[in-house]
This record gives sequence, structure tokens and C-alpha cells, in this order.
Amino acid sequence: MQIDLTVNGNQTFIDVEPRLLLVHALRDSLNLTGTHVGCDTSSCGACTVLLDGVSVKSCTVFAVQASGHEVTTIEGIGTADSLHPMQEAFWTAHGLQCGYCTTGMIVSAVDLLKRNPDPSDDEIRAGLEGNLCRCTGYENIVKAVRAAGAAMRAGEARHSVNELMPIHPPTVEPPPSGEAIIPQQLQEAKV
Amino acid sequence: MAFTTMVGARIRRREDPRLITGRATYVDDVRQVGTVYAAFVRSPYGHAKITSIDTAQAKSDPHVLAVYTGEDLHHAHNLKASLPVAHKMPDLKTPPHYVLALDEARVVGEAVAIVVADSPYTARDAAEKVVVEYEQLPAVVDIEKAAAGPPYVHESLGTNVAFTMPFSAGDPDKAFAEADVTIKQRIVNQRVAPVPIEPRSMVASYDAGMQQLTLYSATQIPHLLRTQLAIVLGLPENKIRVIAPEVGGGFGAKLNVYAEEVVVSWVAMQLERPVKYIETRSECFQAMIHGRDQIDDLEVAAKNDGTITALRLKITANMGAYHQLLTPVIPTLTMLMAHGCYKFENIAAEVVGVFTNTMSTDAYRGAGRPEATFFIERAIDMVAQRLKLDPVEVRRKNFIASDAFPHTTATGLTYDSGDYETTMDKALAIIDYAGLRKQQEELRKQGRYLGIGISTYVEVCGMGPSAAMPAAGWDSATIRVEPTGSITVLTGVSPHGQGQETTFAQIVADELGVPIDHVSVIHGDTDKVQYGVGTFGSRGTAVGGAALKLAIDTIQAKAVKIAAHQWEANPDDVEYRNGKMQVKGDPSKSMTTAEAGFLAFMGDKLPPGLEPGLDATRRFEPPNFVFPFGTHICVVEVDAQSGEVKFVKYLAVDDCGRLINPMIAEGQIHGGIAQGLSQALFEEVVYDGNGQLLTGTLMDYAIPHAEQVPHYELDHTVTPTTVNPLGIKGIGEAGTIGSTPAVANAVIDALAPFGVVHIDMPLKPEKLWAAMQAVPSNGSVR
Amino acid sequence: MIPAAFDYVRANSVEDALRLLTEHGEDAKLLAGGHSLIPMMKLRLAAPAMLIDIAGIPQLDGITASGGGVTIGALTKHAALAASADLRKHAPALWDAANDLGDPQVRNRGTIGGASAHGDPSADYPAVLQALDATFTLAGKGGTRELRAAEFFLGMFETALGANEMLTRIAFDAAPNSAYVKFHHPASHYAVVGAAVALTLSGGKIASARVAITGIGDAAFRAGGVESALQGVNPNDAAAVKAACAGAARGVQARADTFASASYRSAMADVFAARAVAKAASAR
Repeated sequence: MQIDLTVNGNQTFIDVEPRLLLVHALRDSLNLTGTHVGCDTSSCGACTVLLDGVSVKSCTVFAVQASGHEVTTIEGIGTADSLHPMQEAFWTAHGLQCGYCTTGMIVSAVDLLKRNPDPSDDEIRAGLEGNLCRCTGYENIVKAVRAAGAAMRAGEARHSVNELMPIHPPTVEPPPSGEAIIPQQLQEAKV
Repeated sequence: MAFTTMVGARIRRREDPRLITGRATYVDDVRQVGTVYAAFVRSPYGHAKITSIDTAQAKSDPHVLAVYTGEDLHHAHNLKASLPVAHKMPDLKTPPHYVLALDEARVVGEAVAIVVADSPYTARDAAEKVVVEYEQLPAVVDIEKAAAGPPYVHESLGTNVAFTMPFSAGDPDKAFAEADVTIKQRIVNQRVAPVPIEPRSMVASYDAGMQQLTLYSATQIPHLLRTQLAIVLGLPENKIRVIAPEVGGGFGAKLNVYAEEVVVSWVAMQLERPVKYIETRSECFQAMIHGRDQIDDLEVAAKNDGTITALRLKITANMGAYHQLLTPVIPTLTMLMAHGCYKFENIAAEVVGVFTNTMSTDAYRGAGRPEATFFIERAIDMVAQRLKLDPVEVRRKNFIASDAFPHTTATGLTYDSGDYETTMDKALAIIDYAGLRKQQEELRKQGRYLGIGISTYVEVCGMGPSAAMPAAGWDSATIRVEPTGSITVLTGVSPHGQGQETTFAQIVADELGVPIDHVSVIHGDTDKVQYGVGTFGSRGTAVGGAALKLAIDTIQAKAVKIAAHQWEANPDDVEYRNGKMQVKGDPSKSMTTAEAGFLAFMGDKLPPGLEPGLDATRRFEPPNFVFPFGTHICVVEVDAQSGEVKFVKYLAVDDCGRLINPMIAEGQIHGGIAQGLSQALFEEVVYDGNGQLLTGTLMDYAIPHAEQVPHYELDHTVTPTTVNPLGIKGIGEAGTIGSTPAVANAVIDALAPFGVVHIDMPLKPEKLWAAMQAVPSNGSVR
Repeated sequence: MIPAAFDYVRANSVEDALRLLTEHGEDAKLLAGGHSLIPMMKLRLAAPAMLIDIAGIPQLDGITASGGGVTIGALTKHAALAASADLRKHAPALWDAANDLGDPQVRNRGTIGGASAHGDPSADYPAVLQALDATFTLAGKGGTRELRAAEFFLGMFETALGANEMLTRIAFDAAPNSAYVKFHHPASHYAVVGAAVALTLSGGKIASARVAITGIGDAAFRAGGVESALQGVNPNDAAAVKAACAGAARGVQARADTFASASYRSAMADVFAARAVAKAASAR
């Protein structure tokens, strides 16, 4: 059946079987592969997205249930050009290692700060109980959420990846131009 | 820019932007036109004869492309019957391990057939239409029952004992005869599941024109996997490409060659379509390797002053139903590390590997060493308890002294460097150990049970010299200075969360004097990267990073020749200083690595006889393992009413030599601690007597969430090693190795007033509650 | 991970839902938040041929709570209960449970009606709603009927809800001195033991108590012996409360799993009942 999903602000119409899980609709029909699948019992939270602004496990929602509703995935939380403060904080605090749980964890943490903009460490831990991470031991995740909360309360501007980790091409002489490929001397030799 | 700005700096990881924005490509994110999807039919029984498989109904499903059984694969041209096991044991029993069960299934979840359909949904549906008839056979799950006799997992072997390995050093009998006290304790190191959040994932494709097989797999060992696929599939290795793209955690469980990887590759060749298989978490619990699962029978001989004089040890290790890649090797590492950081000379040990109708055990974070550290650190506490000594003092008494390194142990390892007492004293001071003991005493009077647990561990890693692990000892690195000055690093290790795209760039940036953003680190693709071994055994930086250092040396040596030629100077007079080349004592002229790279590319700027190009491939063969160490102290309170454990404090003071990026090293320790404490308190894979898996989902098998773990306080000491040119030791597994006994010792210490000597893990509330039903010796009210 | 195929239809009203239920018979299931049903379907432990989505039915979602009493629509999400200051004031036991149930994502999606209708023996609400002596309103083709909580929860995954009925509302008297405490299963977040207590206090003593326990038997149950033993007890007297709570699960066939044995579960019923009494007495 045809469903109407608004994902990261874009309305789309897709044909789905009723049994298609929202996570598969996002990943396979819409190619939004930042949302991951880590279990089959609604336990791990890797598939967390926002549905009408609140966090849900997209593996436990049929796509048809989400028809007419708004979904925000990690791709809509922030981008390389404009990182969400939570994304930046996870990066800065080393709140991720393999990265697989990270996207769901960030979405959950964004939802957590919506409900509680200034959580204690205990409240952060409780607020993330729907997300499992096997790499970090959660220490730096807690630190990241705390930092993101502070940045958001202070109304700090968003940053781009390039601002935080600039990549400049090497400025070696002679520059990477035609001259580099056919150097002056060689051109002279031809003449 | 000052020199050495990068190494030692807490810089943001360079791999993270793609990960935090959802733009990384894990195996399941690989999109190939024409992909079809596999589902496996798996044995629902722990041990059963397969009497028939009817695939007709599944094959008639219009969504289904193919169904294959073990019989189909067994007769396939060139396909080797059995999966590999790496070992050096002459008498090891290696029963065939078919990629699909042939006539018998020996573990729940063993793959019996594969179904390929046009979507994951239709593949799952079709798998249910494959009708397999089984005749149940008696299963054996208990290791000791299995060792004692029938039923046999492999009837043809006539035994369940896979191998027996005895070891003896010194004169343990004499030491036991002369001991003031002896302690005998059985310590069960329970079976646990690795649970990387990304399950096993693979997609294979076959280009029939090029006769090229490409396998994307969530693996820690792309090159080793390629080699083994070549052998098992009977293909030329140069026609196989293995890619480990972004990998979502491994912890040793992806250091393997799985049946599914072989079958999916083979099927892709038959169908000439990309075939994708992503296992479910339930399948992962059944068919991904498990860790630990040993019974360690321990006897300790000690003097009244706490000096431990001898150890007798029997390690009975559960192999599972088949050998996976390293299954029998793991418990031998336990025996090698039976010493811990202590200096006793007399040891008698025996390792027995036993087949049961369970999933294979294999490398799981620590892989054999956590088991050793666990029993020796428990033993120290038991000696202290028996002799009414402080466990700190018993450790101090038995430590290998800091001036005794390198130290050769009775088991034959040579510990490179160490200073165990300094690390312990630092930890005791930070946590105010004396104050904690006082507080413990006060609380006990109020009927509250605080426990203080110490673990002083040493572990063997940086796997490893080839002498100890042929074909898996060394690793490689290539550095290419590209014509326009970018630097490309190709590493043979295969990081999946360890951050080497960052730490290796840090090293190169400093040594070659380039901005870090000019360095790009590539890994995990056998067509791009020269042969390498992979990431496991805390070897990524200790071995792969050391190879990188060798490549840097080669680049520098050539760059110096280029600069010298340009300046008409003697190469011996040119040196790297602050990342640039200079004539010694003459700062007026300098040349960057990038400039030398460009000249090398021009060719006409080179001295006679010097080849164009500025690149180097080097391999590092470590002369020894490395031995990181540390002290972990855990403080818990146990609720006497319910047995619930609450963390009060957790401190780790680790020493892994020089730190490249302390933030990343700390992250490794945090995660390691979480996995280790989780084994102590929560995790246990349970099979029933028929081999049914009772902990087959994340609803039954607990890995901790954020609320279940404490804040970890970290500190470190720095004792470099000379084993590798970077002076570093691995840190990937140390946290796991150090934490499990610290937590267990804390919990058991809390229960000391109830006369508790030992309780096996996981230290679940019920066990503690049961132990606390005794009247406490301090007479306090409960 | 992949459920069997089914047909899907949205109901726009209770009448619509009941008509669809009758039409499709046993093969049809109501789908609210789906957080009890979908996990079972993904493991193929349930395979209904038809799902009737009732999530969009208006007027079944909401909380009214005052000193006079509390009424909750069956489609009210756990998160709404957990965020309700009125509920916290007038029925803290249910507020506790809503906050302690599952995890944030589950609470954002799951509903009190769906969770109750599922009849899970380790769920939190069955104990709380019995301690609150809640009344369940069930709509059927012939009209509505009302059942007390103790009549509603019958056994393991078994409730009094008829095949063509739908739970629409849960109501109970305010219970300001009530509490729920839970021993979490470390993996599932379900209750190994959960104890719900509603007290009335008089002159510093317990005048009356309702105590219900979940997680132990095939269904949550009222601990009648404990309720009578608590009468007249000073809730701040820990020893007296402990004594009164002894044997809370007496006579109940306790379940066992890999985490906790039957006897430990039973023993923990006493401990958690006592904790719930202390918490209820000090509520607000």
C-alpha cells in the first residue's frame, strides 16, 4: 500500500507491504542508511529515530503506522555543514568508537535534552537506557550529552565539520597545476 | 609549529564525521544493483541427525532464486569440506567442520541450508518453507560430563576430549609439601557472548568476466579471511577481494572465518548476483563465537607471610561443537599467563579442551588472559583472607620487582617491562585505600556491606611474534608521499573503532612534519592495502603502528638523500629536525617531506641510482609480545536484603607505555572495563541439558546499559617497552582483563563477614542474597 | 526480525474497530503502540493475519486526574503518564511504573491499554492497577462493561478481554499514598519482582493497604495476607513493615528463569513490598 512519510522535512510517497518495518523503509526505500539495526527484540536502540519529534525504535514501528507522520533520522539531525551540538559533542568527547550504536544514541540524546535540558549524569544514564553501546562503557557518552546540554543552553552556534577539522590541500611548491605535471624544465627542453 | 604536537595530543578522531552524521558505510549499507538476499535454515536442536531436507516448497516460491543444502555444497567442485583452525598442537582432534551441516547438526543454530530470494523478507518467508526432518541425538553440554565419556559430539572421534596439554616447571610437589597453607578452589569462568552491536554482515558478488569474487564482510581480518577463502573455495587468492568497510565492533568475534562467509561467497559465484546476508541478533547469539567457558581448578601453596610458592592448575575448556579459527589456542593463553604479575617458580598445569553441543568458543576481548587474571587475582585474595592479611600486602609480597625486567616466567614468557608496585601505590593513594577500609568497618557495624576489590593485572598482547603465532605475528604499513604532498598510509591492520585513522595520522604528522590533514589512513581492503594481519590481540598500534614507524624511517632516509642531492650536501650531513630536513647546523636551508616527494616524482631531481617516487612498504616482526599492566580498584555496596550490587567507585591506573592519543586510549579502557565488569555481574550464556540456548536474545542476555555501569576514574603510569620502536603497549583488552577480578573481589570482599570465600560469576543478586542468609561474623544486624 | 505478512487497516472509531474485529475474527489483532505485539511478530511468536490500527481513534488518549479520581484513556502513552504532574500527585504508583517501564523509546510509543491487554506476567501495570483497584472499561458490540483490575488479569498473557472487545478506559480513585518499586531484569527491563502499594494512613498508622505483586506468578496478584497484616502498622517502623510483608507471595506458584529462581523471586516479593510500603507512606 502507498504511504505518505515526511522524512527530514521531505514528503515522500512509497509503496510498502504492511509488514515493512519503518527502519527498513528508511534504509532500503529511502536509502537513509544512518539508522542501523542491532537487534530483533527492540532492545538496542541503534534504530532510534524521531517520530513526530519523539524518539522511537524504528524497528518496532511498521512503516504504515508512520504514514502521515514526520520522521527525523540522524541525517536530519545535523549534517557535515551544520552539525547538531549533540553530534559535535559526541565527536569532541570521544563518545563513540565503532560508531554503529552512535546514530541511534545521538537521536535518543537529542530527545533526552528536549525533555530535560539540564540533566544530571544520573538522569543522562537513565535517559539513555534504551540504547546499548558495547564499545565506550558509556563514560564519554555521558560526558558528551552533558557538554551538548551546556552548549545548547548557551545557545552556541552550530559548527561545520570543516571548521572543527579543517582539511587544506598541501601548499607544496610548485603548486598542483599543469606545471606540476609538465614542469617548466621539460617544456623548455621540448622547445 | 613546534615539533611533536600531535603524538600525545587529545585530538578529535578523523573517522568520526562520517559516523556521527550517519554517512558511514557498514556492510549492510553497501548498495549493489541486482542484490539478492540470503536466509539460513538453522538447526533447532543441540544434537540431531538430519534425516531429510525438502526444499521443493521453498524453491517453488517465485521470489526464491535458489536453495542449497549441505549435500549440494559437499559435492561442489573445489569446495573444501572443512573450515580452518589455526593451532600448533600435534594431537589436536580436528573433526570436519562443514560450512552447511551435512548429515548431523551438533549445535543449536548450525546452518543446515541457505535460501536466496529477492528481498530479505521473502528470504525469511522461504526459509520457513524448507522442511528439515531431524532425529534428535543425545546432547552433552556440561564440560566435565563430556570429558568423562559418551555421548560424543563427534561419534567418530570416540571421545569429546579435543586435546590435553600438560605443563610443569620447578618442583610444585615439594613446594606444596613445604607450604604453610594450601588453598584449593574451583573457579568457573562462565561462557559469555561478545555482542558487537553490528551483527555478522556480509555481501558477496562475483564478476564472471573478471573471475573476481568480492566479499564485503564485517571482519577484523580482511587479508587472513581472503587467504582462507582462497583455500576453502579453491580459488586463486589474487581473484578474491575482501573489504572490511566500517565495522561495528568485533571484540574478537569477527576475528574468524565463518561458515556463512564461505557459503554466501560460493552462492554469489553460482548465481552471479550480489548476495547479502545480515544475521539477526538471535542468530548472532547462536552462531557467532562465544568467549571464556573454562573450569579452572586451582591449588595454591603459600607461606604464612603471604608468599605464594606454587600453583597447581587444571584448565578444562569448552571448545563447543567445532573448532573455529582459534578455538583451541585460547585456553593455552590462560596457562601461559597463570603467573599474573607474581614471581612464583613452581607450577603444574594441564589444559584440556572438550567438545560439547554448544557454539564454539574463541577469541573474545582478552581471549584466554582474562581467565588467568581472574583466577590468580581471586587466589591472591583467598590467600589474604585465609592468612588474615591485607590483599594489598599479599600482592606486594609476590610482585615481580621493578628491577627484575625483562623477566622470564616459569611458563616461558619474557615480560618486557613493568613496575607493578608503583601503579598499585598510585591507585591506593588516589582512592584513599586506608580510608575506604575504615569506612567499610564502620558501615559493617550498621549492617551495610561495602566491598573493596583490587586487581593488579598484567597481560600479554601486541600479538605477537611469529615464533608464537606463525602467519599472524607481523603487520605492515605503506606510506606514499603523493606528488602534490598528500600522504597516504595503507595499514595492514583493520581498525573497527580503535581510531587508527587518527593515531597513525598523528604519528606520521609529527615524524614527517606534515599537517595532520594531509595524511589519510586507508585500511580494510585487500585490493588497496598490502597484505596485513588485522586488528586483534591489542596489536593495532603495537604492531601495525610499529610497521608504520619503520616505513617512516625508510621515507625519511630517502627524503634525506633527495634533499642532500638538491643541496649538493653529504646525505650524512642532512637530518630531520622539527619535521623538516636541514643541513646539520645550518638552518638557512630546509626542505619538507612534501617537497622531497615532489622532487622524487619529478625524477630528474634525484641523485644517480635513486629510484623515483617517495614511498615505502615495511613490515614489523615484533621480537616479543608486550605486557601492559595496571591496578584496578572497585568499590561496591551489596544490599543484604536483595543481593543487589551498587557501584560506589571505580578506579583504573593502567600502564600501556607511551600514549599516542590519550583520549582514544582512555576510551579503550572505559569500554574494556564495561565489558569486564559486565562479565563479573551480568553476563552468562546458558544452554539447557539438551543444548537449547536459553539466553538467545537481548531480552535474556544482559549487556549493560548506561545506568548499570559506574563512572570510571582513570589515571596511568608510563613504563615504555623496547619491543617496538614506538615504545607502546596495547590497550585494547587491558580494561577487560583488569576489571573482572576487581569487581568480583569487591563483591566477595563485601560478603566476607558472611564467611564467603568464593562465588562464581556472574555475581547475580540471587547468589549474593543466598550467601548473605548466613549470620554475619561481625554480629551486625541485617 | 521479519514478521509474517498481514493486512493492515486503520480504524477511525471504537465502533469501526469493533466492526473490523468481528469481521476478521480470530485472525485480527488490535494495534495501538505495538510495543507488546510487534516484538512478538518479529520473532514470529505471533502472526496475526490482520492488524487493526486503533492509534488514530480520537478521545481515547488522555489523563484526567484530581483528588476525586483518575481516568485514563486506553491509548494514553506511557510517556504521557510519566510526564503527568497530576498523576504524580494523585496516583504516584502509576506514575512510578510509567517512568520505570521499558525505556524512553518504548514509553514514547507504548500505551497503557496495549500493555494491559497483553497480560504479560512480568509487566508493571497489572500490579499497579490492582493496587489502585482500577476499573477497566471494555467496549463490545453490545455496549460496554466494566471489570475490576483483579478480574481483568487472569493468567499468563491472558486477560478477561473478549475476542471482539476493546479496552477503552481505565479509572480509579485517587491514591496519593501509593508507590511502585521494581526489581529490574538486567536485560529486559521487565519486573523480576514489582510491588505496588496503595495506603490510607490515619494517625501515623496504616489504616488500610492494597498490595499487588507482579513478576512472580502467571499473573500479578493481590497479597491479601500482607494487606491485612499492614493494618495498624506504623509505616516508618521498618521492622514492623518487614514483618507484615513476610510471605507476600505465599501460595503463588512462582516462575523461574536464568536470572532468578522461584524461591528467590518469592523472597524478593517480601523485600520489594516492604520498600513499596515505605515509599508509599512517604509519597508527596
